[in-house]
Amino acid sequence: MDIVIYGTVNSVIFALIAVGFTLVYGVSRIPNFAHGSIYVLVGFLTWSFVNDLKINYALAILISLTIAAGLGFIIYRLILIRLRGMATSEIIASFAVSLIILEGLRMQGIAGFKGFIGPFYVLQPFIEGKLIIFGVFVDYQRLIIIGGGFAVVTFLWFFTHHTKMGLSLRAIAQDERAAMMLGVNSDKTAMISLSIGSALAGLAAVIILPLGSVTVEAGYKVLIYALAVCIIGGLGSWAGAVLASFVIGFAMKISTALFGAVWESVVLVGTIIFILLFRPSGLLGKQKELEERV
Amino acid sequence: MVGEEKRKKRLDRSIKVRTEGLYALSSWGEMAYLIMPRLVLILGLLVLPLILDMYWQRVLCSAGIYALLALGFDFLAEYVGLVCLGGAFFIGAGGYISGLLNAYLGWSPLLSIPIATIAGAVISTLVLLPCLRLRGIYFAIVSFMFPLFSVYIIIALNVFGSTEGISALANLPNIWVEQYLILGAVILSLFALRRLVIEDIGVIFQSIKDNDQAVNASGINITAYKAKAVFIASLIGCFGGAYLSHLYGWLGLSLFAMDFSILPIAASVMGGMGSLVGPVLGAFILTPLSEALRGFGQLRVVLYCLILIGFMVYKPEGLMNYLERKYHQFEHWEKV
Repeated sequence: MDIVIYGTVNSVIFALIAVGFTLVYGVSRIPNFAHGSIYVLVGFLTWSFVNDLKINYALAILISLTIAAGLGFIIYRLILIRLRGMATSEIIASFAVSLIILEGLRMQGIAGFKGFIGPFYVLQPFIEGKLIIFGVFVDYQRLIIIGGGFAVVTFLWFFTHHTKMGLSLRAIAQDERAAMMLGVNSDKTAMISLSIGSALAGLAAVIILPLGSVTVEAGYKVLIYALAVCIIGGLGSWAGAVLASFVIGFAMKISTALFGAVWESVVLVGTIIFILLFRPSGLLGKQKELEERV
Repeated sequence: MVGEEKRKKRLDRSIKVRTEGLYALSSWGEMAYLIMPRLVLILGLLVLPLILDMYWQRVLCSAGIYALLALGFDFLAEYVGLVCLGGAFFIGAGGYISGLLNAYLGWSPLLSIPIATIAGAVISTLVLLPCLRLRGIYFAIVSFMFPLFSVYIIIALNVFGSTEGISALANLPNIWVEQYLILGAVILSLFALRRLVIEDIGVIFQSIKDNDQAVNASGINITAYKAKAVFIASLIGCFGGAYLSHLYGWLGLSLFAMDFSILPIAASVMGGMGSLVGPVLGAFILTPLSEALRGFGQLRVVLYCLILIGFMVYKPEGLMNYLERKYHQFEHWEKV
């Protein structure tokens, strides 16, 4: 029972982390390597809004999410728009942005922030307390994560299937030229997708981070997890991403229960290599399969 | 009419056409035109150890390592189409093997470095083999994850000195051997790669980058060729790693550090992707720069990235391609 509940929590965490990345990649074909850094940045901003500026928690979250969305917008407008279509440059540039944010956060004493040191930066959970489900202790924050994860996925499904903007995002993802002919602005949608993706990274941060503390290393870890989920699920495939997060989430929890926590990442690599060997395009990756991979 | 429209016109210098096109060298001037740039680079690199002081000599050694990595990155990215963000993995593989041979079996660096170079390259190729069917960003993503995972695995298994690493490895005989070994390796790999990419195998690599389906359709096994290319690049990288562990007499998890992945990329972009010389030049500019900024700590990485983005957005051709153009061509404005 332990494994089922915590495995689910773990999987939803993966899904929350990966969903923004896969949205951006699916729509604009831009691998947003700055994903992890935005995750950490939002955690840090929220923390400093609450603790340094004494802003209400909910308001602080809202402000940092807005900043994240704005940042995604700026990254696209200033940098990525000039590199559109050159896959190598896109990766390197967004990775560089990510390093600038993450390593920049490591610095101490800039602009009144105290820098990142140790377990000092902790966001408090939304609701304190625990609940017993089938004899397992689960704190409310984990339940919020599950709820939040399902809410985000459902919301995105509705957004991409039943609103005009969401439909235009999907149109660009499916056939850029045809969509442009029908009056969908490719750059504008890419910009929107990048800001939504960044905001989703931020949302994941504020929901997940209360479980631990805000650290720079989390940025790299989140990026790796997002990439792992997307590779296993098939890049740009929604259902694949969700499925893959459950595969990885449970694989990691089960291996932790059987062998110990240090084996988590080994299992992660093992899963990735195994899947790549047998299904190079990921579990559900069908989109442009032949062109993308050989 | 609002002003006169002008455009820049570029023409090859006549000496370029005479020397490179025909190979009928008829004067000292033409020979000098061909040889000068190469000679300046080689002699420049060889003279550097003589004029630098102790501290900068060490910097030169690490610049050489970054230059090797940058060469490998440029070769894989521009000539084979594999963007490898995990240069640190090569350094780690080479460094760990060489260091372990030295620490556990007591082999001298002169023996352990060549063995580690080859063994490391074999291991790197085998590790990357499952991902070679991927391309573009898929390969970049997976290769990016390998150095990070190696760190986790070493910690998880608690082997090879785990988080503390192993210190007191044997050093190379003296600072002159150290310097000329790495400079020799840089020059050798640079010219070997330049030759390689115009040989038959280089043509196949190029066409894999341009259109792998077509290569596949010609009955050429592209995965095998990609594996060969990765082997060549990791040979260069692993040598750098093996050398590094003996340079500092220490091996540890920081052999897999992000620096080894990101600085070579910054150097390649700055120096000019696809020119092979450019990355070397970039590494020899960026490493001393970052050494001079050592006081800023992690800000260095931020700085590389700013340089990287700056070059990428505003000067995507890079230094070397720019210089090459100026050397071979003259430009003037002409009315349209």
